[in-house]
Amino acid sequence: MTIIKRGLTALAAGALSAALAMPAVAEPVKFDFWFGLSGDLARVVDTLCKNFNASQTDYEVVCTSQGNYDATLQNTIAAFRAGKQPAVVQVYDVGTATMMLSGAYKPADKLMEENGYKIDYADYFPGIARYYATSKGEMLSFPFNSSTALMYWNKDAFAKIGKTEAPKTWEDVGADLQAMKDAGYECPMAINISANESWQLMEQFSALHNQPIATKNNGYDGLDARLEVNKTKFVQYVTDLKKWYDAGLIKIKSKDLGQDMVQAFASGTCQVIMTSVGDHGTVGKTQKEGMNWDVAELPVYAGTERKNSLVGGASLWVLSGKSDAEYKGAAAFLNFIHDPKTALFWSTNTGYIPVTKSGFDYMKSTGFYDKAPFKGRETAIASLTASEPTEITRGIRLGNFTQIRAEFGTQMQAIFANKVSVQEGLDTLVKNGDAILDRFQQTYPGKTLP
Amino acid sequence: MEKRVTFSSWTIGILFAVPQLLLIFTFFYWPAGQAVYWSLTLQQPWGGGNIWVGLDNFRSILANADYWNSITASLVFAGISTGLAMFVGLVLAALTDRQLTGSRFYRVVLIWPYGIAAPALAMAFRFILAPEAGFMAVVNQVWPGFWDPGLDGTDAMASIIIAFSWKYVGYNFIFFLAAFQAIPRSLIEAAAMDGSGVLRRFWDIQFPLITPTIFFLLVINITESFQDSFGIVDIMTSGGPANATNLMVYKIYSDGFKGLDYSGAAAQSIILMVLIVVLTIFQFRFIERRVHYR
Repeated sequence: MTIIKRGLTALAAGALSAALAMPAVAEPVKFDFWFGLSGDLARVVDTLCKNFNASQTDYEVVCTSQGNYDATLQNTIAAFRAGKQPAVVQVYDVGTATMMLSGAYKPADKLMEENGYKIDYADYFPGIARYYATSKGEMLSFPFNSSTALMYWNKDAFAKIGKTEAPKTWEDVGADLQAMKDAGYECPMAINISANESWQLMEQFSALHNQPIATKNNGYDGLDARLEVNKTKFVQYVTDLKKWYDAGLIKIKSKDLGQDMVQAFASGTCQVIMTSVGDHGTVGKTQKEGMNWDVAELPVYAGTERKNSLVGGASLWVLSGKSDAEYKGAAAFLNFIHDPKTALFWSTNTGYIPVTKSGFDYMKSTGFYDKAPFKGRETAIASLTASEPTEITRGIRLGNFTQIRAEFGTQMQAIFANKVSVQEGLDTLVKNGDAILDRFQQTYPGKTLP
Repeated sequence: MEKRVTFSSWTIGILFAVPQLLLIFTFFYWPAGQAVYWSLTLQQPWGGGNIWVGLDNFRSILANADYWNSITASLVFAGISTGLAMFVGLVLAALTDRQLTGSRFYRVVLIWPYGIAAPALAMAFRFILAPEAGFMAVVNQVWPGFWDPGLDGTDAMASIIIAFSWKYVGYNFIFFLAAFQAIPRSLIEAAAMDGSGVLRRFWDIQFPLITPTIFFLLVINITESFQDSFGIVDIMTSGGPANATNLMVYKIYSDGFKGLDYSGAAAQSIILMVLIVVLTIFQFRFIERRVHYR
């Protein structure tokens, strides 16, 4: 009995002292951050969150992975409709138009201003900033993980055909692939033609060649934009890809078939691929022992004045309907991510590129790009900053673009399976894509993009 | 005279029914009603507002060639996979029922596939049927280009049919075996003594006696092939290549959740519901006539 009594007294005393101590260390304000990365990348985000929480005592960010970009957007919408949305959410590049019309966000630039943070918006690489900014140049969300597409080429295979440099034009690519085929390579180049590859095959190609994907400057100037990829240089490109595929110079590699193109390249099976700079780390880690490879900017057709490539990845949106305290925390978090040191941490541990010039300069000054595993990643910056963004190369601002990408995959598969001709396939892509855009416009009557 | 439990007053009866009615209302009528409402409006995904459009959603869906292609694909899938799963299940159950060597072992093992979740099963089959790495790679070595589900729509359709049937063979097997074992042994033994062979006994005695089970499984298999195929399609083909395996249930998911076209997806799910109802009514109206329950 006495033991219990004594224990109770001790417990009460402990509770009392705890209660007294509480006000001294104020409970940090918690806010939610939902993101769409998984696996290795999710662990890096978790570390990033821990670093933020350790860097100050006023706020605590709770980071939750939703698995992938699609699921993040879906879950956020569901949560928003139920009034349980996170304060900060990561939304992928092509979700930007949908977000802008949602009316569900707090503009990031306003948030930072209200909370006394000065962000130098001119510091962002213009190719990155324009993708997420309004037509007037206001940043509604903060670029977070950014990448662009590069050509990965196997130096050993190119050495076999007497080349020491990556091809710069598509004409050269055609000749080199043929030479490699003649030299006995089974798979000179690998591509995939699902919805995801719309990014490097259609979007990046069109930007590099300053060709529009849709009217109204790719949708920036109005919701009545409609696709026009069936009458640009893109037609020629698909025709060439199909020709090379038929000649056995290009193989289709996807996970469903047993090996995706990154694996095919890293294992030395295929000699050229086009994929995100974000895969740079994966190739380095999984490559065949002793294989020599490098990255280069995506080729263009001869006689083309090269423009900047498009940024891929996602940005951070702050959602409406949260408390001022949470907004303070969100602003501190965005400010933390904006820091060049965070950029170095982020880029070292993922393959993503820094989004600001100061971040890039800081990384260069630490010698990041000189060391072996990271060497070559600066090519992505060169590609993104190849020119000032034009009206067309600043990005794509089309509603429900995910569905248009799906349609791209469908039509490319039909073309490559010889079900339709290149022109017919692209015509159908435009027709079905326009129906999607039409529907999006009808859903938001009388609204305009900011 | 059959004895029936009756309630003296209405109120008690209704009180007993209320929990069930509430459940059905919350989880069926309410969402279904919501889907009907959504299908008649254009919903902004973020809930900012909606516009009444009447039957426009249905009109635009039914005018879309891709949608008809999706219906055709669903019907082909339902027809072949139901036929295959039921036929194989029936044969295996009939053989197991004959108590050949090892039938106890088969009885346990053949039930397992149904216990595997569709996505896990699809992962396994994606590997088995992968043209470059799996079992089919061997076949492709002998006949190059024979199997290519990445570009050939027929091959892709065959893949998902095989995966789905494999899962439902186990399910059908349990029911068929139970039905076979419910047939009095004396009937079979009498027929055997009269000199009829295995096949004759099957056609004249066993098959007619299990028609209720066959009918039940037919309804379930067809209904499930419209709904339970989602996980398999999502993992194995994502509806490709070129929409060849874009079944109705998958199209609802991709339009609604990936494309954020909630209204169009709602309209499609209403059409799917009506289609399943019509198919089921058809089965009860025309096929059930041939079923003998006693």
